[in-house]
Amino acid sequence: MDDGFLEMRGICKSFSSVPVLRDIDLSLRRGEILGVIGENGAGKSTLMKILGGIHQPTSGEIRSRGQRVCFRTPAEARSGGISLIPQEFNLVKDLCVYDNVFLGAELHGPLGMLSKKRMQRRTAELLAELGTDISPTERIANLSAAQKQLVEIAKALAFEAELLIMDEPTTVLTSHEVQILFRLMRRLKERGMSIIYISHKLKEIKAICDRVLILRDGEFVCEKPTAEMSLEEMASRMVGRELSQIFPPKRLPRPDQVPALEVRNLSVRGLLRNVSFSLAPGEVLGFGGLVGAGRTEVAETIMGLRRADEGEILLSGTPLKVRFPEDAVRAGVSYLSEDRQGSGILTGFSVTENVTLVSLGSYVRSLLGGSGSFFGLLDKSRERRSASHYRDLFNIRAPSLDARLEFLSGGNQQKVSMAKSLDTHPRVLVADEPTRGIDVSAKQEMYRFIADLAESGVSCIVISSEQEELLGLCHRVVVMRDGRIAGVLEGASLTEEEIMFHATGIREEAKAG
Amino acid sequence: MPSLPWRPGSRTLLLLLLGGLMLAVGAMEPRFFTGTNLLNVLRQSSIIGIISLGMTVVILTGGIDLSVGSILALSVLFAASAAKAGVAAPLAWCCALAGGAGLGWCNGFGIARLRLPPFIVTLGMMGFARGLALLYTGGAPLTGFGALFRFPGTGRFGGVPVPVLLFALAFLAVFVLLERCPWGERVRSVGSNSVAAWGSGIDVPGTVAKAYVLSGTLAALAGLVLVGRLDSAQPSAGLGYEFGAIAGVVLGGTSFSGGQGTLAGTIVGVLIMGVLENGMNLLNVNPFSEQVVKGVVIAAALVAYGSLGRRSRAAG
Repeated sequence: MDDGFLEMRGICKSFSSVPVLRDIDLSLRRGEILGVIGENGAGKSTLMKILGGIHQPTSGEIRSRGQRVCFRTPAEARSGGISLIPQEFNLVKDLCVYDNVFLGAELHGPLGMLSKKRMQRRTAELLAELGTDISPTERIANLSAAQKQLVEIAKALAFEAELLIMDEPTTVLTSHEVQILFRLMRRLKERGMSIIYISHKLKEIKAICDRVLILRDGEFVCEKPTAEMSLEEMASRMVGRELSQIFPPKRLPRPDQVPALEVRNLSVRGLLRNVSFSLAPGEVLGFGGLVGAGRTEVAETIMGLRRADEGEILLSGTPLKVRFPEDAVRAGVSYLSEDRQGSGILTGFSVTENVTLVSLGSYVRSLLGGSGSFFGLLDKSRERRSASHYRDLFNIRAPSLDARLEFLSGGNQQKVSMAKSLDTHPRVLVADEPTRGIDVSAKQEMYRFIADLAESGVSCIVISSEQEELLGLCHRVVVMRDGRIAGVLEGASLTEEEIMFHATGIREEAKAG
Repeated sequence: MPSLPWRPGSRTLLLLLLGGLMLAVGAMEPRFFTGTNLLNVLRQSSIIGIISLGMTVVILTGGIDLSVGSILALSVLFAASAAKAGVAAPLAWCCALAGGAGLGWCNGFGIARLRLPPFIVTLGMMGFARGLALLYTGGAPLTGFGALFRFPGTGRFGGVPVPVLLFALAFLAVFVLLERCPWGERVRSVGSNSVAAWGSGIDVPGTVAKAYVLSGTLAALAGLVLVGRLDSAQPSAGLGYEFGAIAGVVLGGTSFSGGQGTLAGTIVGVLIMGVLENGMNLLNVNPFSEQVVKGVVIAAALVAYGSLGRRSRAAG
């Protein structure tokens, strides 16, 4: 039954003597899709990076068709037929699609000159095989996340990879795009390609994988055919304990009061048209829609990261003038960025420094009296107290408050990011994809923080591509499409189908027809 | 912001700038548009031009080479002392080129293998090579070379000055490397996203190191042109040439963060500086103010690119 296509035996890996993988076994057959799941920090990505030649195992061996292999660089893994698609993609944005597909294995003529025509033709063929019409000469920078994914797959096909490793491929995809990706994965599987699929989304694992391998804290937990495992079992095996209900109970907001935030006819040329909504104190308002529908742009405009061409924003009834993000922060609006590593946190700074980054002015002890913060010294001990308060509140797992954020897992980084947003004591929190790429238990904790925050009277906007999150967490959901509000759902009409209908425009077409 | 029906790209803008500058100089000084003078502009631009080709490649990798002027001086001294010792001119030239390549390789080794910052490594090489040149000569120039040795600087071939021909040949060679060979694409990929390049199986250190070897070699070639014209190999030769070369590259629209830029842009950038210098010469502008004007032009170009970049981002 086992054809020994690929086998990893007794893999151990330590980073500067901290073990991250202990004695992991993995086997994979030809034409099989294996799901690898585990919480953040469970070692999934490290295990895959070992296969991809990015890390070397401390001990253990890899066998391919019975032969012992050793990949010291990504180039060696590639010639061994392994293609790793990392979460953030291995694409060079300044180059064209076809350059990227053949990067590192360029086709060239007898004189060593690039055969651009041949590469373009081959790329067009590969992309056509994948059922997409991306132009081979398009620049990567102009592609959507879903299109980049396809280019990565084309790249794997170009050098005839036999094993495709996909690390969290669906975090940046809409559910429609996920369905397309799954169809494609099934076709690749029929052609004999093996796929290792890493995800936090258990439903997806259930839908696409033949077997599932569960890791916890760097150790092997179990490996079973997906058909023999329920979602609940996967989840509890991953966390090592029974998960109580994922979403905390919703508490009713107080809609009778003046709206905490009101947005009227907000327009940004080319991005947003006539966006109006209001947010009651203590309400959790969801924003759903496809990627690129304008949800993040609404948040960015409220925060002063974009200039509105028209419209006004009222905060507790008073018009809010934001020219810069600091104006919004001062007025009591806080933003949790969707791009955690890019614009949320400073990975080279410590936990404490990150937590007090935005609110730093309030930690200054003035030397001259008064509130002037320029001639003052930072009250370091108060900063530390504050950071340790958030560490306890959010259960941030870090070696110490002085640990640089790059050494924390994604979920803990996100908690620090959240602490940073809350340390300004906002009246309105705008959380953009607050649970992207973090594990189940961290997610559950994030949901609880948001619910508690709402309970304490802070209004929250939650932008999310995960339908369940919108349904489970939010009182009402605004669905956006093409820069406009396609519908506001609440009560009985707040269902996954309704969100999808509005997001894709099917509902409107039905009405028109 | 009022929107133009036609949005000029940076390349069009650059050509318009060169054209406008030439017309302006020509209008003020009719001697500008003579064949001799135009060839002169090219000849005067050739030394910085040759250096700027290598600089373009280095900046495309996301690096910088501050040592080009010093490498020029030291590698020219290799050739000059070889020629003085009676070595045939072509062999002496090869000494210079090999010297430039070797010094460039040292830069590349420090940057790519030892992973030191390019700014620091080439700053160190800048002082090191200049110091060796001064030590070796005791500060005095070597002078009096044969006609053949001076050919790269003074010769003519079919009526065209050899420096211009060398500039053109060097351009062609680097253009082919950059646009038609796998290495050129890897250079861009490394400059744009070295993590992705490495993940795609590219030998990142090797690719980067070669860029500095190329830059050093081209600096030596430019030095051969210079020593031919001056008939003197001075330890202080090429002082401040990195300024002109980097200015040409930046003016030509190559991004300092790496990955983006074209060799053709660099040529236009170098020519803009060349026309500016030639024009100010013809118009008897105080030579001290030339530097000031050049500085202003570079700053203006960067501001223009900045706003172009912002607009295209807003549109995308």
